[in-house]
Amino acid sequence: MNRRALLFAVLLVIAAAVPALGSTYDTRFATQIAIYGMAALSVDLLLGYGGLITFGQAALFGVGAYAAGMLTAAGITDALIVWPAAVLIAMAFALVIGALALRTSGFQFIMVTLAFAQMVYYGGQSLRSYGGDNGFTVARNTLAGAAVLGNHVVFYYVVLALLVAVTVLAGRVVNSEFGLVLRGGRDNERRLAAIGFPPYRYKLVAFTIAGGIAGLAGALMANHASFVSPALMSWQMSGELLAMVILGSAGTLIGPVFGAAIYLVFAQMLSDYTEHWMLFFGPLLVLRVLLVKDGLWGSLVRLANAGEAPAPPLDWGPEAAE
Amino acid sequence: MSFPLFLEQLFNGIQLGMMLFLMAVGVTLVFGVMRIINLAHGSMFMLGGYFLVAGLAVTGSTLPGLILALALSVAVAVVLEIVVLRPLYARGALDQVLATFGLTLFFNELVVVIWGREPLSLDIPDFLDGRVELLPGLSYPVYRLAITGVAIAAGALLYLLINRTRIGALIRAGSEKREIVAALGVNIGLLYTLVFALGAALAALAGMMTGPLLSIESGNGDPILILTLVVIVIGGLGSVRGALVGGLIVGIFDTFSRVLLPQLLGLSTGSGLTSMAVYILMAAILVYSRTGLFAANRG
Repeated sequence: MNRRALLFAVLLVIAAAVPALGSTYDTRFATQIAIYGMAALSVDLLLGYGGLITFGQAALFGVGAYAAGMLTAAGITDALIVWPAAVLIAMAFALVIGALALRTSGFQFIMVTLAFAQMVYYGGQSLRSYGGDNGFTVARNTLAGAAVLGNHVVFYYVVLALLVAVTVLAGRVVNSEFGLVLRGGRDNERRLAAIGFPPYRYKLVAFTIAGGIAGLAGALMANHASFVSPALMSWQMSGELLAMVILGSAGTLIGPVFGAAIYLVFAQMLSDYTEHWMLFFGPLLVLRVLLVKDGLWGSLVRLANAGEAPAPPLDWGPEAAE
Repeated sequence: MSFPLFLEQLFNGIQLGMMLFLMAVGVTLVFGVMRIINLAHGSMFMLGGYFLVAGLAVTGSTLPGLILALALSVAVAVVLEIVVLRPLYARGALDQVLATFGLTLFFNELVVVIWGREPLSLDIPDFLDGRVELLPGLSYPVYRLAITGVAIAAGALLYLLINRTRIGALIRAGSEKREIVAALGVNIGLLYTLVFALGAALAALAGMMTGPLLSIESGNGDPILILTLVVIVIGGLGSVRGALVGGLIVGIFDTFSRVLLPQLLGLSTGSGLTSMAVYILMAAILVYSRTGLFAANRG
């Protein structure tokens, strides 16, 4: 077992011990971290492995939440039906948005994903029968007919198990031949095309998978908050998901989960201190970008691997952007 | 739709289009010369409105208030360019969007701390109040005509600046080969500050002029910024002509879809669905062209 995997195992044990050691509040907070972590992981799949800077992942997160909320409101309440349906619906949205957005690259891709997310946001606002701008409350889903998800501890373990499953699955995706091609496109699209792999198709599949993961996170969020509103799909949410990925280290899958933890703990601490916490968070994000090269997970792995050869860092130089 | 109503909506569309042009030209010039996407551009729109409220309160009259507000906007832009933007020029797109996103969060909260969470309102200046009869059956607000005129004048001045002056030649040269411009002994740092301040001043001007039409509140520049990005995707990144044509297309299309869609589909006005129309237009244009209608000739 290498040290990276050992680190992963230790953290999983700590995460599993939260309900035993902490209060109900702590468990709910950890649930929130796991859900945002899953959404941030979906951003990392695109950003860290595909080099795709999406500023619209919140739309797919929100689509998952709306799909779960609307199905539940329509009387289909079991998680075993609602959650997979939310994933499929988010994937369908991702397929359409991705098919158009991936025609562009670089700066245009950022702008187009941002624009389509705003369109979905307005779509959510136009759903008058679901509260319009104010959103609507959602009943908790049942799990195989049993109303167990209302229990904070049970729900936390379900979310944690899904997060681990998604992380393992995404890890297999990025380490497969598909993932190799995806990373090849990130590093040099022209060469990839020259050896016979059309980058567009691979990127579109990745975009759709990431959309499904974001949709699952959204369905979990609908259950966690018992509430869904267009705010889940706002452009600030997309930006925050990107910030989580960067706080935790892009291109690591598990790093963004950490990023979500740092972000939410930080937001909590700052907002205890002042209601105007964004006044401090904004400049901190700027400083983080300007001063620090690597995220937390990257630093942890480097510490754990002290003495071993470091993994090559991701290159986010100007040429990667164009 | 009767002809006078059609004309009224056309004028409204042109007015929105010219405001979007003032926004888009800043984003596209800053990208053209410095290769950076500035998501904090919406904040300059928002700050313009707040600064005008402050300027009017301090000076008590329209023109001095406007000049003071513009000066404040330029001052903020110069500080921003030197402190935050400059280190970002050598960075990738991801760092640029995250840092400028952080700036937006900061400014959105800063105006709440200074001016409070309640939206502020600006009054139309007395000498521009009222309506003028353009055609029999078509009376149109003087104020909307005036701000469209100011935007057209600003666009014309910008055209002269870019095409007829030495600074304009440097801006054009900078957007082709900035390293060569720097190697020729031009103070490229000063040029960057100038371009950024120019873009910010135009965005602030748009924010000031639309102040009496919309309410001035925290975050009101964000949806405008996203609409501006749609304009740029449609017009082509880095192209001033694209910013003008894209702005007019989006402005007119958005205005008419808000009037016509509810009639055609039987929706209530103000429905979010009408807000989605321009994004569908953008999707259609993306199918037609990957880089927009007037993409500047670069990768």
